[in-house]
This record gives sequence, structure tokens and C-alpha cells, in this order.
Amino acid sequence: MSRDTGGRRARALALLGVLVGWAVVAYGNRAFGVMAPALLPTPGEVVAIFLDSLRDGSLPRHVATSLARVAIGFGFAATAALALGLVAALCVPVRLMLEPIIEFVRPIPPLAFLPMFLVWFGLGESSKIAFIGYTTFFPMFVAIAAAVLRVDVTLLRAAASLGADRVALIRRVIVPAALPGIIVALRLGFALALFVIVGAEFMGADAGLGNLIMEGRTFFVPAQIVMGALVLGLLGSIVNACLLAVERRLFRWRESAAT
Amino acid sequence: MTIHVRGLSRAFVAAGRETPALLGIDLEVAEREFVCLLGPSGCGKSTLLNIVAGFLRPSAGDVLVDGRPVTGPGADRGVVFQEYVLFPWLTVAGNVEFGLSLKGTPAAQRRATVARYLDLVGLAAHADKYPVQLSGGMKQRVAIARALANSPAIILMDEPFGALDAQTREVLQDELSRIQRVEHKTVLFVTHSIREAVYLADRVVVMTSAPGRIKQVFTIKLPEVRDRFAPEFTHYESEITRLVKEEVAKVHE
Repeated sequence: MSRDTGGRRARALALLGVLVGWAVVAYGNRAFGVMAPALLPTPGEVVAIFLDSLRDGSLPRHVATSLARVAIGFGFAATAALALGLVAALCVPVRLMLEPIIEFVRPIPPLAFLPMFLVWFGLGESSKIAFIGYTTFFPMFVAIAAAVLRVDVTLLRAAASLGADRVALIRRVIVPAALPGIIVALRLGFALALFVIVGAEFMGADAGLGNLIMEGRTFFVPAQIVMGALVLGLLGSIVNACLLAVERRLFRWRESAAT
Repeated sequence: MTIHVRGLSRAFVAAGRETPALLGIDLEVAEREFVCLLGPSGCGKSTLLNIVAGFLRPSAGDVLVDGRPVTGPGADRGVVFQEYVLFPWLTVAGNVEFGLSLKGTPAAQRRATVARYLDLVGLAAHADKYPVQLSGGMKQRVAIARALANSPAIILMDEPFGALDAQTREVLQDELSRIQRVEHKTVLFVTHSIREAVYLADRVVVMTSAPGRIKQVFTIKLPEVRDRFAPEFTHYESEITRLVKEEVAKVHE
């Protein structure tokens, strides 16, 4: 317990250090005039613009837009990755057919295809959603299939000799045994979705955090760029913490030795 | 239920070469009989058990259970593995209940059966724990309770106490012997411990080193409750030891 609070203190201290460092550099620059003050926003300016955009409702709107795109794109990709990952892991011919295709597509940086999605789906919502779906599907699919393939064959043997048929093996053994790996895959997929939404919104979007950041560039408000980036980081941490909490609750059986 | 192994052989292909693991095994296990398969490691005794369980297919010959050929695993043959193999996401009670819930047994009856078998293996107080919280001996007790609760006529045990320390091992042998006096299952039990085989078995089948054949079968004419230090016990032990040593020596030649 004390080690845990010690770790928390160290983390808080590190974050505080970064904040102080930023403040010293930014306010120092302002005092000594090393470069144009507008180029290096201070923490105060970022907080001010954060509060302003919170008050006028623009920040919540951008966040909601981005999150909706992420949720829908990720939702489609996660559903497809789950279904196909399970099938690919359980059915050898499907796996043999999918493997070369995936190995070919996977190394292509997703952003390289972003213009293609704009050509196909236009500037509206669908291009962003499709792009997020495309980007997050492959890593999730590969990780989910791997998690299913890792299920210990002796667990299947034990269940089969207790009378489990094929359907029961999948429902009662393969899915629960692979679930920890599946949750990790989904967590990584969601993090990736937050990662690429910004890129998608840089190119022709009228709302969203990527658009907010791009606006900061267009109208030369560096504080807005920094604020957008920090909000994205914050969102990522919150979502990750929530998923980790769910994971710990769901998988108490893995680390409950202490009780 | 009886087990009838007829002319059974099994070969494994490794690096393009076929290596026989079992050769011409004929074996009958009578209803309620406790038979130990004994032999040096690599003699194919676990392979034989896996074929009877339906996990592996024989290369030749077949296995009949009550006259019907084995084509795959089934609830009529409960299996206890060496590495425990509990479902880690289920509690102790959940593990023991697994087979019953597959069959659709009503909840009240399920609870009663689970309680009965957890009591039989002395784990009634640990029903709500998860496998990670248990010691090796406790895990193996759960595995035995899980197999028994499903009420198979046959229990197949693949070196179930092989991973346990010597003391725990003897305690579990005592318990298994006691349980068998209550449950009267047809048991096929793989071990490389001669003491264990003589302590538990009605018959001990000694196998040759690879490829595994049946070398000799001993009928253990000892009382149901056995004394590891009785002269008759040590007599069987030394006789079987001599036979097994021959086989181990062959491996080293």
C-alpha cells in the first residue's frame, strides 16, 4: 500500500516538474525576449483559452465531435476485429487466406491512405469514421486472433472431457480465456483511434479537436494549439484509466492471491 | 464401464521420420478396477491415456468403452491432468460445477453436488476462492472434485500427483484411495512412481521403454486400505522396481 502511494507521489512530482519547467521557460522568454512571445505560450495563456472555449461551448463541441467519430469508427472496427479475429483463429483455411493480405497492408502507414478516404467518402463524417475504422481494425484483429490462438489446449481438453461441444468450448472456454488479451487489444485500438483522429481532422473538417488545433495555426494562436494537444492527452489518459479499472474488476481472478 | 484397448499402436512424425510411441497394446480394464500404467518417462503411457481420453487418435487398433469405439473426448471419461488445468476465471465451486452446468442440471441440484464433492476432497471452506489462490495440492483436489462431480463411470489420471511435493503427494494418495472406496470408479492412472502404483492399484501394468509395449502386469493382492511399510507391500515394490530398472537401463544403453 505504501509503495503504491509512493509511486503516486513520484508521478505527481514528475508532472509538477514538467509544468514548472514549462512555466520557467515560457515566462523567462517573456522577460528576456529571446523569441517573439506569441511563439511560446505560457501556462496562464493556455489555461485562459481553455476556460474561454469551455465557457463559450466551443471546446465541448469539438470534444464531442471528435469522440463521436472515434466511438463510431472504433465501434465498427472492434466488432469486425472480434468476429474476424475469432473466425481466423479457429478456422485454419481462413487464417491462411487472411494472413498474407494483412501482412501486406499492415506496414503501410494508415495516414498514407487518408487522402484516399477523403476522395471516397468526401469531407463529411463518413470519411473520418471510415478512416478510424480502417486504422484501428488491423492491429486489433491481429491481437485478438493471437489472444485466441494462445488459449491453452489443455483447457479445451479439460472442458471437452467434461462434455463441452464446439459451441460450449467457444462460449465457455475460448472467450473467457482470451478475454484479457481481447481487452488489451481493444484498449490499444482505442488509443490508436484518438491518435489518428487528429490527422483526419487536420484535413478538411469543420469541427473536432484536430480542427481546433489547425484553426490555432491558421489564425496564429499557438496557445490554442497547445490547449488542443493537452486536451487530447487528457482524454487519452481518462479513457485509458477507465478501461484499466474495468479490466481490474473483470479479471480479479488473475491477481486475487492476496485476499 | 469397461475399457478395452485392442492392438493399439501410435507413431509420431518428427522431422520427417516416423517414430513409434506405442506398439501393439492390448489391455482390458474391468468395471470399478483401478489400473496403474507404470513405466520410464517416454514409454508412451501418457500417450495411451490421451488416446483413451479421445485427445489423440491411434495409428492402428482401437479403444472400446463399454463396447463402443472412442472417437473423441466425452463426459463418460473424466480426466485429471498433471498440470491441474483448472479454469482460472472460475471459482473453485464454478470449476466443480462446470460439467453439470453444461448438462443443464438444475441449480439446486448443482449446488448440492458441488457441496458434496468439495466436502469429499476437504475444500468446503474454499468454494469461493479462485485457482490462483490455491496451493498445488488444493488445485489438484479441485480437479478431482470437478471430474467426480460430473459423475463419469471412468476416471483417467495423467500423473496427477507428479508436480506435488512428497508429503502432499502421499496425503493425496490416501485421499484418492479413500475416495475410490466410496465412488468405485473405473480408473486408469498413469504414474512413474512405483510406490504410488502399488499403493493405489488393483493391477499395475509395467510398460517397456520406447516404443511402449506392455512388459508385465502385476495383480496387487493387498487389502483395500494399504500399509506402505507392510512386508507384502515392499515385496511388490522391489519386484516391480527390478523390472522397471531393466527398462531404464535400456534407455541409457
